[in-house]
Amino acid sequence: MSEVDRLFREEWGRLLAALIRAYGDFDLAEEALQEAFAAAVEAWPAGPPANARAWLYGTARHKVIDRVRRGAALAQKLAELGREHEAVDVELDPDAEDAVPDERLRLVFTCCHPALPLDAQVALTLRTLGGLTTEQIAHAFLVPSTTMAQRLVRAKAKIREAGIPYVVPGADDLPERLDGVMSVVYLIFNEGYNQSYVAAAGEALVRHALCAEAIGLARLLLALVPESAAVEALLALMLLTDARRDARVDAAGDLVLLPQQDRARWDRAEIEEGQRLLTAALARGPAGTYAFEAAIAAVHAEAARADDTDWPQIARLYDRLFALHPSPVVALNRAAAVSMAEGPAAALPLLDALAEPLADYHLWHAARADVLARLGRQAEAAEAYASAHRLATNEPERRFLARRARELGA
Amino acid sequence: MKYLLLIYENEKRFEKGYEASELGEYHAFKKEFGSKLIAGHALKLTNTATSVRVRDGKRLTTDGPFAETKEQLGGFYLCEADDLDEAITIAGKIPAARFGTIEVRPIMIFS
Repeated sequence: MSEVDRLFREEWGRLLAALIRAYGDFDLAEEALQEAFAAAVEAWPAGPPANARAWLYGTARHKVIDRVRRGAALAQKLAELGREHEAVDVELDPDAEDAVPDERLRLVFTCCHPALPLDAQVALTLRTLGGLTTEQIAHAFLVPSTTMAQRLVRAKAKIREAGIPYVVPGADDLPERLDGVMSVVYLIFNEGYNQSYVAAAGEALVRHALCAEAIGLARLLLALVPESAAVEALLALMLLTDARRDARVDAAGDLVLLPQQDRARWDRAEIEEGQRLLTAALARGPAGTYAFEAAIAAVHAEAARADDTDWPQIARLYDRLFALHPSPVVALNRAAAVSMAEGPAAALPLLDALAEPLADYHLWHAARADVLARLGRQAEAAEAYASAHRLATNEPERRFLARRARELGA
Repeated sequence: MKYLLLIYENEKRFEKGYEASELGEYHAFKKEFGSKLIAGHALKLTNTATSVRVRDGKRLTTDGPFAETKEQLGGFYLCEADDLDEAITIAGKIPAARFGTIEVRPIMIFS
């Protein structure tokens, strides 16, 4: 990655947010900033200068004014044939511009406004704050570029036409709106994390960018509401999960399950930060769903070897998570933890009780297959692995499930 | 910006007239947002509605509302708000929001 590329990734969101705030128009701001980065590549053959951000901001503002002037000049020409248009002066005081205002918080609330469809909230957040290209976002969400481009155009049009503001919501609305932003952030993270091992090399980079972006957004939210236990817990959860990223894929690109992962490859810095944030969140009061999920991830992180995992503790945490958020998927995870804490015989009835809601979910079949195999019911286990294989969509998972089915003689 | 706040709710509640306490709530709402409200009216029940369309130059008049649905357009406010968030805040304070749905639509400006 060149230095300008890195600068692009780091500065895009902040610069774009400031430009959108200053000029009130997504497209104008986006085009001007793209031109400014293009100009930077020309202007900085020896790499970015120290005041790169200010240079980019100033250049982008010039580009905006150029565009507005061109539009205005055209109108002027029609009106006053050929009369020179007066130059618009732009302040380019380098000191003043070093203070590029950080407007990203306003923008994240605009991008995640509940008046926009959820998929558009996600796309717009990644495009404007993360600086991912339309093609990259389309790739990450497995939709054609044209579909993604349309989604972004429609979202920007609705912001303009319906008057969705660039503001951090007031105290009355903040809790509700913050919940919405957190869901978008976690969705972006999961999209990056769950699919990261599917991707070919280039895609893996984009997918990891999604995780990094989600973590960065959570940090930004935490700066807004430093006393929010939910934001702390969400950031903790993402860090504790992201810490395992490198260990969950082997050299051949195959999925490595938690018990088999090389724990030396877990990111200690992320784990420590996650633990610290989780402790702080739990000290603030009753835990929410993110806190329970983070606590479960933390219990895994604390075990030096898979065999040291405190499964009874994890099963208890799933109990409490289920009480807050009684979904079949939480129940499935709880049953898997029970199978480790109390043995497969205790887990099987829990799994069988989920047959109806999860019949089409490959991980339910896989969990049942695992429990059946451990009970010595090989034929049924093989059959369940085969069902899981039929329902799974991503390649590494399909390879894993096919291998398990074969090993059990299906 | 101007927004039209369309009030949809099941009109069965009003077949026997309006409750005094609810009318009181509407008065309080109008007082609170008086400076923002440009116009607003309740509509008579949909059994008083007539639909008109012209096809191939011929006018066709039928009885009843545009669409038969579980909730009906029962009234509206036209308001002036700084942005969608303010319009949403006002919409959320309309007493009917508790029973039905308020649709918030920006007014088109032709320039």
